[in-house]
Amino acid sequence: MDWLQIFSNSASSILSPATMAYALAALGLAVHFGFAGLLNMGIAGFMALGAYGYAISILTFGFPWWGGVLVGMGAAAVFALILGIPTLRLRGDYLAIVTIAAAEVVRLLFLTTAFDPVTGSADGLSGYHTSFRASNPIPAGTYGFGPWTFNAVDWWVRILGIVALALAVLVVWRLMASPWGRVLKGIREDEDAVRSLGKNVFQYKMQALVLGGVIAAVGGIVYALPSAVSPGVYVTSLTFFVYTALLLGGAATVFGPLIGSLIFWVLQTLLSNVLPAMVAAGVLPFMSQIQASTLRFILVGIALMLLVIFRPQGILGNKKELTFVK
Amino acid sequence: MATTRTTLAARAPRTIGVLLAAIAALFAIVMLTAGPASATTGADDDPFRISGNVQLDGEPLQGVHLTIDGPGGKQEVETDENGQWRVGVPEKNAEYSVTLDETSLPEGIAVVDPEDDTPNIKEAQVGAGGRVTVNFFIGEGTRNVTSFFDQLVQRIVNGLSFGLMLALAAVGLSLVFGTTGISNFAHAEMVTFGPVVAAALVSATTLAWPLYIGLPVAVLLSAGLGLLLDVIIWRPLRRKRVGVVQLMIVSIGLSLTMRYIFQFFIGGGTSQLPFSTTEKIPLFGVVQMSIVDMASFAICIVVIVGFALWLTYSRIGKATRAISDNSSLAAASGIDVDAVVRVIWILAGALAGLSGILYAYFRPGLKWDMGAQVLLLMFAAVTLGGLGTAFGALVGSIIVGLLVEISTLWIPSDLKYAGALVVLIIILLFRPQGILGRRERIG
Repeated sequence: MDWLQIFSNSASSILSPATMAYALAALGLAVHFGFAGLLNMGIAGFMALGAYGYAISILTFGFPWWGGVLVGMGAAAVFALILGIPTLRLRGDYLAIVTIAAAEVVRLLFLTTAFDPVTGSADGLSGYHTSFRASNPIPAGTYGFGPWTFNAVDWWVRILGIVALALAVLVVWRLMASPWGRVLKGIREDEDAVRSLGKNVFQYKMQALVLGGVIAAVGGIVYALPSAVSPGVYVTSLTFFVYTALLLGGAATVFGPLIGSLIFWVLQTLLSNVLPAMVAAGVLPFMSQIQASTLRFILVGIALMLLVIFRPQGILGNKKELTFVK
Repeated sequence: MATTRTTLAARAPRTIGVLLAAIAALFAIVMLTAGPASATTGADDDPFRISGNVQLDGEPLQGVHLTIDGPGGKQEVETDENGQWRVGVPEKNAEYSVTLDETSLPEGIAVVDPEDDTPNIKEAQVGAGGRVTVNFFIGEGTRNVTSFFDQLVQRIVNGLSFGLMLALAAVGLSLVFGTTGISNFAHAEMVTFGPVVAAALVSATTLAWPLYIGLPVAVLLSAGLGLLLDVIIWRPLRRKRVGVVQLMIVSIGLSLTMRYIFQFFIGGGTSQLPFSTTEKIPLFGVVQMSIVDMASFAICIVVIVGFALWLTYSRIGKATRAISDNSSLAAASGIDVDAVVRVIWILAGALAGLSGILYAYFRPGLKWDMGAQVLLLMFAAVTLGGLGTAFGALVGSIIVGLLVEISTLWIPSDLKYAGALVVLIIILLFRPQGILGRRERIG
């Protein structure tokens, strides 16, 4: 086994766009689930809208890349409004079922051959990079050291990803410390109590849904920035993986989603390298390499179960802040 | 009812050990039963090809619609600008039927072949080479199109069989929700478990048991899975008084775990149960059903009627409904809630496994994530009917089944599930408690 290569790959995933995308999506989910208590199971739908909004507005309507970003965020905001009106009055698990269904509808609409010229159906979309790469101020060449050596385009993606993440963290952090955030947490703890204080609970929930949705859409855009948009990514499993990352870090925290996503991806990369290598080296003799790479998803499922039973507050969280643990 | 109280009741949950044991046991079950099956499925999806060329007097026709049906399920394809089309299929040495949709041909043009009543449908034998070409004779002539009414009738029949199949699984999901409050995402994997085990028992390359023994045993093992999950996961968590949202997330974790365990053993491809491609027999009008379709229809009806009678008249059935209504009141009036919940898990497992086996014949083919593909339809059915009510789940399933099939008359068939889910969202807007649910259930 080439341990050096394996560790290098794993360390490299710390700065990968996928990690940042998960962190953004998990942060959006923290606003929904951790702070507002909304059991949104449709985060993959928000990410899909961000990614497709970005790609379609560039490819079909010829927008510049920053225009595409705005369209992606706008699409998620509109989706949140449409989704919120019928569903925010529903109880927790109803909301979960409706949001997961809505996200699946979004995915099927992108997947169907009916809109193939715009959405690319099963092939997805690619080749929307011209405007984004032209905006790159970094001169061509490779920079960095060790596992973090990337070319100019890769750095540009990563820098924008980090900037987006930092901005999102700042916004969420300040908002949650503000009176608005306190009302939101109040709604999570006891909706009726907040209502009796004269607050419009529905409005607050809606604002939280839109804010979290837009952050998740930015995550989807960061996911799409380096390569392509593929409908196979935005399945319900993506939602579940983002939940795993969020619960790992701490649902009702600002930095938990970051740490959770980081650990999730480093471990995923490590396992996806180590397990097949172990098979090749004959350490796991009873399985094939393909089976070994399936094994890590089994481990994700087990980790999610153990986490939610034994440490539902995650690494950073405070158990008192979790109303879903009763 | 109090006499059935078990002595197991007072045990403290040793949750870590128990969970690990659960996983190990799951592995063991799948390994014992499904292990040899991995030989039958290819790791790669659809390695073989059917292709063709649609031309009119040497001019390529673009955008002609073709449907390819056979082992691995139905696929649709359109010709490209050169008039060419091709699809990947999962099996060789198998028969596929290729149907050219004549409405997608230009005006006044049809498939012509004087020796054939239905020249727009051709049978293609994918031989040992794994590649076959299918061409149609295109010329001026009268079309061979099915009338709208005939199509509608065929869709209604299909929708009913799909709805009844869905109902088998949804009833269990609904009862589990009613008695324990769990929105069980892992129900999808309980559905997949049935055909996966069945394939291991009856496939010619593995144990090769006869169908009439193998399939019932697979249903029994599915019931065992329900029991196992209750004993090692759900009951300890009930004792721990874990909240419903937490339970839901646990079920998501369990769903991921089991789904990828299936993929671990049977791979990512589609494989077939024996007799999945039997001759279709014309019944009335244009309605055609194979023997397997009819048997599946009959099994669904018998099982559902039997289950409904059990739920209405038997003591445990009555207790189940009492618990769904008000669990504490039921416990106070001497019903052993734990024992009843266990029975519900066993039944839910058996019904889900049976539904999965029938679904594997309906699709046709079994796949590691086939349950997850219909999970949302089950939830839609259960929510439509009213969460926690068994008869609501039945009504909801039939509505969803009909909706999914009939909607393909107007919308593309790859959007048929989306249609059902949109209806779910709209109904919740106006009647959040579902069709048969009661207002207070929405909490």
